[in-house]
Order: sequence, then C-alpha cells, then structure tokens
Amino acid sequence: MKPAPFTLHRPSDVAEAAQLLTRFADDEVRILAGGQSLVPMMAFRLARPGHLIDINGLGELAQITQSDGAIEIGALVRHNDIASAEIEGATGALLKKVMPNIAHHPIRARGTICGSLAHADPSSEWCLSAATLDAVLLARSATGKREIAARDWFTGAMSTSLQADELLTGVRLPVLPEGTRFGFQEFSRRKGDFAICAALVVFEIHYGVIEEARIGIGGAEDHPRRIAEGEAVLKGQRPSAELFARAGAAVAAALDPMEDHSTKAAYRRDLACDLVEGALQEAAR
Amino acid sequence: MNHRPQPIIGQSLTRLEDPPLVRGKGRFAADVNFPHQLHMRVVRSPVAHGRLRGVNVEAALQLKGVVAVWTAQDVADLSPIDYREGRIEKLEPYRQPVLARDFVRYVGEPVAVVFAVDAYVAEDGADLVELDIETLQPITDAEQAVGEFAPGLSTEAAIVTQGFGDVEGAFASAHAVVSLDLQVGRHSGVPLETRGAIGRYDAARDVLELHGAAKVPHKNRESLARMLGRTTTTLHLYEYHVGGGFGIRGEIYPEDILVLVAALRLERPVKWIEDRREHMMCANQSRHQRHYVSAAVDREGRLLAIKNEFFHDQGAYPRTHALRIAETTCGILPGPYHVGAYSALGHYRLTNKTPCATYRAPGRYETNFVRERLLDAIAHKLGISRVDVRRVNLIKKEEMPYERPLSVLEDDVSYDSGDYEGLLDKSLQAIGWDELQASLKERRANGEIVGAGLALFIEKSGLGPTDGAHVNVDTNGVVEVITGGASVGQGFETVIGQVCADILGADYRKVRVVHGQTDRIEFGIGAHASRATVMTANAVAAAAAKVRAKALDMASELLQTPAADLEIEKGVIFRRDAPSGPTITLGAVANALRPMAKTRGPREPGLCSDGWFDSEHQVYPYGNQLAVVKIDPRSGAVTVERYLIAYDVGRAINPMLVRGQILGGFAQGLGGALYEEFLYDDNGEPLSVTFADYLMPTMAEVPPVEVLLCEDAPSPRNPLGIKGAGESGIAPVGAAIASAVEDALQSYGVVRQLPLTPQRIKAILDGFKS
Repeated sequence: MKPAPFTLHRPSDVAEAAQLLTRFADDEVRILAGGQSLVPMMAFRLARPGHLIDINGLGELAQITQSDGAIEIGALVRHNDIASAEIEGATGALLKKVMPNIAHHPIRARGTICGSLAHADPSSEWCLSAATLDAVLLARSATGKREIAARDWFTGAMSTSLQADELLTGVRLPVLPEGTRFGFQEFSRRKGDFAICAALVVFEIHYGVIEEARIGIGGAEDHPRRIAEGEAVLKGQRPSAELFARAGAAVAAALDPMEDHSTKAAYRRDLACDLVEGALQEAAR
Repeated sequence: MNHRPQPIIGQSLTRLEDPPLVRGKGRFAADVNFPHQLHMRVVRSPVAHGRLRGVNVEAALQLKGVVAVWTAQDVADLSPIDYREGRIEKLEPYRQPVLARDFVRYVGEPVAVVFAVDAYVAEDGADLVELDIETLQPITDAEQAVGEFAPGLSTEAAIVTQGFGDVEGAFASAHAVVSLDLQVGRHSGVPLETRGAIGRYDAARDVLELHGAAKVPHKNRESLARMLGRTTTTLHLYEYHVGGGFGIRGEIYPEDILVLVAALRLERPVKWIEDRREHMMCANQSRHQRHYVSAAVDREGRLLAIKNEFFHDQGAYPRTHALRIAETTCGILPGPYHVGAYSALGHYRLTNKTPCATYRAPGRYETNFVRERLLDAIAHKLGISRVDVRRVNLIKKEEMPYERPLSVLEDDVSYDSGDYEGLLDKSLQAIGWDELQASLKERRANGEIVGAGLALFIEKSGLGPTDGAHVNVDTNGVVEVITGGASVGQGFETVIGQVCADILGADYRKVRVVHGQTDRIEFGIGAHASRATVMTANAVAAAAAKVRAKALDMASELLQTPAADLEIEKGVIFRRDAPSGPTITLGAVANALRPMAKTRGPREPGLCSDGWFDSEHQVYPYGNQLAVVKIDPRSGAVTVERYLIAYDVGRAINPMLVRGQILGGFAQGLGGALYEEFLYDDNGEPLSVTFADYLMPTMAEVPPVEVLLCEDAPSPRNPLGIKGAGESGIAPVGAAIASAVEDALQSYGVVRQLPLTPQRIKAILDGFKS
C-alpha cells in the first residue's frame, strides 16, 4: 500500500495548474484536492499518476460565491464547509441536509465537493445533488473555460466528460426559491457507507398542487440522474400518500439498476421505490 | 482490633498498561526499527488455483535499491509450516510451503519476496516480478465434489467424528424430529494492528530474534526452532504492544519464517509490515461452516438425540491449528443441555480460499448458532415456549461436575460448576421477559417487525496443563512478575498485577508485569483460548504466596514478632494488632535478603520465588444472551434495540475488564451476525479486501449492552476460582440475534444463515408476499 513513484507539482495559480495539465496530459496526470478517493486508490496502486498537481495552495478556489440567483462552489470547498456556509434559499438548507450523509467526519473535513463530482462515484451524494438540481460544472484549461451541464457531465461509473487537460474549478447551483420543499433518503449498510440507493426530491407547492418537481436517484444506476417518469406523476397533483407511492413505483419502473456481487438489481429497484416515497413524504411535511 | 488489608482481587482498578498507550508512547510492530534494516514485500498469487510454471525476477533485481528476490527455489531447504502441536502424520502433505512451489492455491498466497532498502522500493520491485501461472479450476464451495489437492491427496483432508449413545434408536422412537440446514459465514478477527514481523540476527551472540510476536511466543519459538534447525536458547521472540489478537494474530505465517531466514542470510535486519489489503487476503479467516442438523425429541421437548453432519470450509491449507476447530465443533455443540445420544460428522474440506484458523470463540460461535436454532425450532414444532424447551433440557446444578463422553482440545468434557437455570431466571428477570413479550406483541399488531430472542451457552477456558511465573521484589519494593503469558490488549498486566499485589500484599502500582519475552522465562502458555487469567494468574498467585512467606519470615526476625502476627499491605509489613507500631517495607526486606547481607542468615538470597499451577481439566463458564431487534421492512436491515449479556465468570479479578472483554466481544459477534462476510466469486477471487467491502460494525451500529456479571459458580479447579472471560461476549451473538430476528418475522425455520444481511432478510420478507 505504498503508491508507485510520481512527481508532485504545486502550482501557484489556476493558470499554472491548467498549463501543467496540458503539459502532462498524456502522462496520467491527476489533480490532488482533498485526496480522499485518489490517495487510497494510489495506495492500492489502482491509480498510478505520473504527475500529481496539488491545488491546495490555490486559495481562489476555496470560495463559495452567490450572485444572480446562482451559487458557485469552488474546487477547494470541503464537505464540512457547507455546515457553516451562509447559502441562500432552500439550496442552502438542502446542501446542509445532504452533507452529513457523506462518509465520516475526517473525510468530510478534507474531501471536496468538486472532488466528489470529478470522481463521479455512482453513490455520491453530491453527484446526486448536482444531477437533481441541474448544476453546471465549470472547467478550465490552458486554452479557455467551458461550462458543462450535469446531464452531460456523467458518462458512466466514475467517468465524466472532463478532458485530460481540464481542471474542474467549481460547480454552479441554482438558488431554489424560499418555500421549496425537499426530501433526501438513502440506504447504506452502515452509517457513512456508500449508499446502495439514494433519493433526492425537490418540488414547490402552488395553490395546493405540486410544481417544478425533481426526483433524482443515486447509487442505483452507473450515475445519478433525474427520473422524468416519476416527476410526471407528481406534476400538477395534490400531495398524498397514494400519489407518492405511485411516484415511487414509476421511478422504480424507469430504472435500470446495477447488479454486483453484493447487491441484486431488484433490491436496488425496490429500495428506490421506497426511498422516493419516503423522501416525498418528508418533503411534504 | 486486627487490621485486615483491602482486597485487590475483585476491584475495578484502572489498567497498569495504559500510561504509555494513552500518551502515544506505545510500541507496536511497525514502531520497531533497527539500523541498516531491509524491507520485505511479498509477491502474491493473483489467482485462486493454478500451476506455477515460472517466476521471472530479473526486472525486479535490476531495480535500484532491491537487494534480493527469492522464490520457492531459494527456500527449497525450508520445511513447510508445522502444526503448532507438532507432527500430525495424516496432514503432513497438506502443510503450506513458505513460498508456493508448483501450485498456487489461494489469491494472496506468497509466491516470491523482494528485499529492498525501503518499503516503497520493495513494493516497486514486487510489481516487476512476473508470474507464469496456468490457471486451474478452483474449488469455491466446501460441499462441491472433492478434488485433488496434489496427486493422490483429496481435498477432503480429514473427517472428524465424535459421539455417544444409540442415536438411530433415539430417532426411531422419537415423538418428533426437527431438522435444519444452517450456515455460518466466513469472518474473522481483523485486528486494528495488522501483522508485522522483524527478523534480526545477532552474530556476536549467535541469537536469532523475531520482533512483533503475539499470542503464543514460547510455543512459536519451539516450532520455529524446529523448522529452522536452531536450539531454543538461540532463538528469541519479543512481543510489544499488540493491537488486537483475536486468535488470528500471533500464529506462524510464511512471513514470520521469511524475515528470520532473510535476516540470517542477508545479514541485515528485515522488516515486514502487512498492509490492510494483504491482511484481508492472507491472515487467517474463520467460522465458515454448513450444518445439517437434526434432533429427536420427546413430547416435552427433551433432546433424545442430536445428529449433525457439517462441512468445514477450511480454505487452501490447514494452517497451524490443523483440525482443532472442526474437532471443537463436534465436542462443544451440546452446550448446557442434556442430550441422550449424539453423533457429529465433520467434513474438513480444502477450498481455494484464504486458509482458516481460530477466531475468538472458534467452534462455539458456530455451534451456539446451530444448537440454539435447533431449540427454537423444537419449541415451535411442539408449541411450547422457547424458554421452557431450554429449561427442560438444562443440566442441573446438582449434577456438577457433569461429564460427557466428548472431547474439546483433546481434553475430556467435564463441566466444573454452574447453576444454568439460576442464571436463566436472573437474566429473564433482568430484561423483563414476560412484559417484553406482551409489548412486542402489541407493537407487531401495530405493524412493526420486532422480536426478542435468547441463546444459552457454555464457554470453555483455561486449558492447561501447566504454567509458571517468577516473582521478584527489588530493594526499592518494586515487584517484577515474569510470566510466559502474552498481552493482546486484554489487560493482562492489570490482572496479573492485581493477583500478585493481593496475594503478596504489594502496592498494585508498584507491580511490573513481563510477558511475551522468551529470553526472560523458559516456558509460557501465551494468551489464547481464554486461559491467561486461569493459568498464569494462578501460577503468579503460587509464586506470590511463596514470596510473601519468605518476606514474613525475614520480617519476623527483623521486627522480633512471630510471622503469624504480621500482615502486609501496600508493600509495608506491620503487626496486625498494632498497625501504627513498628513496620518494615518489602524493599527493606529485599535489602536484608541480598546475597551479601548478614541479616539473610541461612536463607536463600533474594526476595523472589517461582510458582507453578497445574490444571487437570478446562473450566466451563456459562451465560445467556438476550436480544430485542427491529427490522426495517423497506431494506431488511436489522436494528438491535436492546441486548443483555448474563455471564458467570466464577470470580472476576477486575470486573471492569471482564465487562470490557464482554462488550468488545459482543461488537465482533454483532459483525458476524449482521455485517461481516468474506465473499469470493466463482473464480475464487476475494471480494472483501477493503473496509468498504468487509463491513465491521462501528460506534453507530453497536447498541448499548446491559451486562449482568455473576460470580455464583467459582471454579473448584483452581485456588482462585477463576474462569475465563475472553470469548464470552462473542460466542452466542449470532445465535441470540437469529432467534430475535425469527421471532420478529413470526415465521419459523426461515433464519438459517449468518450474517443476516438486509438482502437475505428482504428475501424472506418478499417470500411472505408471494
């Protein structure tokens, strides 16, 4: 569990980091932010970057900024920073609810939100949040900037559309209006484990009926996504236990869950149904 | 008014060994370093079964910093790893070679070793070793057809049997027969500290040293000396702090032999520290058994006979314990109950998985589950309560000692003392069993999936036959107790210190306890199978009593008082009837007994003595565990709402430490009941090699536990009345939780496999719907 040899770089600004990425793009170059996934993978020698670019000195990336109805979270913002951050609207409350479900305190103290998005674990709570809220991911390379919609970001399990010469500098989330309802439920074997399935639901209630419904599922498929079939069940309807059960069933039917040695696809599908129903009830309370 | 000293035995004193540990001054295997040392990295088989055609080490040897690379050819002169108890003729051909030769038999089997100047280069070098392996079909299920281990050798390495009475006759005339098919998953100790071994050869003294020993340093010294062709006086083992033993740490593994041989041949100290992934693939696993068990009962549920056939999934090699777990499985299964006739037949099968050996409560975690499942099934079949079916079968207090024609660890089963029914009554009352049933019934009526369960069990402990100790008081009054025991974190120094201080009259805080150093004492039994306190503490008591007698004899002369009128407390000798009168300290008495001291007279020099304790039989502590669980219908996950452990330890030297043993054991038992499982795919590839895949319970999963610690049945088999405590917390956890889960499900014969994972329970729940 000692990593293979690598060269460590410590750029002094984002431009230099981008240049280093371009220079070593063909040599398994990786960005080191919180290191909570990358470093263990290097210890197992599953990741063998020839070059590691440590961005922890780039203070400009450690900011949370808010303007024009959007929140931008920089690449060095740690999971735990969300607890003390003042973030507008229901978005802030939602992020604060989701955050404690990520791993354990030491990991949350060091790991970063953008690191989770770049790592793209199917079970990641932040990937689920980004997908559900239609986040925009902000990439930077030596030649310019690029904005990538969440639905175009995930290309498979632990795979994204970020190019080898690009640095994920931040993520932009919408400020949800005050009064927006949300619910989050996940199931993992132990507290802090990767979720076998997770559901994040968001909606508004206008004149007694549901509008702007979003249902996101994580952990079940190879990347999190919104499930339109479930959202359609809710649109324009009055909240009820029966409705929520139907939405859960619609989501489950629309999923193509992963199956692996420890978890059957049908188990994930059943969980998704129950978790969506539970998250909707929680949101409606 | 005569002064009586405060007893020290029985007090929950804080631990003698804690000061360095809580100050970060401990020394574990990885903390041991010697100048000029090399680091060893093991190249391991990536396949579960294959023919080893060749190993190319050229590229690794070219790497700067690599000093040597060895394969089987380089250690062809070494014997395979011996069984701890010596030669077992039938199993000789199955012993694991130090490095694989001709065949590889599990993923992780050592094939080559790289020695380099640091751990990083050693791992880089190991990456460059090329293995040429022809993959063969692996055996991944102990019940599948047997294969060939080697030409002419079956993968059924042995069949073990025990039994008594007319089993078939009992079944033929039974009122009812109950049969179950039960499985216990593969799990193990997984201590926080991984294995580690540092070999060093001192050519000036011609002494070979193994640092980082644990559990059984003296036994291992004998085995290693035999394998390496050395005398025991020129081979020494050194134990430091040990971050958890649990049976799996401190056995002899290939790496221990390799660091010693390398230290000799390369003439440099050689250090090896196991990483976690290696630990999950290579350290001993345990438990994995499937039982086909039947009981013949009369109308009241009395056990007329039990018949059990089981398959023991040993993994690739027998390892140092050989057949012990399978044999214990046969001998201990009947537990605290009368059984009219009994037969056990175990298939000891080799598979292409990590080898198995003992893990805390070996053979008992498994059989408690099997036996108690059987009793629940009998209760259901006959329509009597789960408590009554146990009560009618329990061995009575008046029947002690109770002998049964079975053996455990080659010792004839003879329960020494106990009031099993008395403890059952106490624990049922403590948890409020009857009210509990009523409230659970009400909750179930409201749609909750909740239930309660119980498991009764016998432990075995204190296997001798003999242990010794040496007690010495220096002229400052500091007492050194030299033992051949071992500390695996259980509080050994504290317990030994308390016994010594109590018997001798010393100041507990002035006792220093030596353990795990083979160059300090010639013999030792180490720490395993819950025996350290029973055996070593009684030996220490014997030595301390002799030192006390000698101190009183010398003091009697110095104080001009008959020895019978003197008392010792906290290292000070005084007249019992005049505590404020003249006194003398143990240190001063030691000074008066120095070789050159005139005061010594004809006495032998030194305030010191050896002491020995011999035991005829093991001792048998006993207990009950009661669980209340709730099941989440969505996921099938089990939450333990309440848990009671009642345990009779005979006599608790330090009740706080006994509780600690019970609670720590419970947490591990919960792991095996609900979470932990070493899984393999059809190719024999291990799937549980990280803590993300092998789920140990954490603070969040382990519920509070109520402990009812009793001392109603001290052992008549040793002067202190002690029984062991090390394995009591873990032994019946799978049994008790399974019982509670089945009660929650209100369906019988459905809980058949540990661990009770959410998906297994969800499958049972889904089965109800369809």
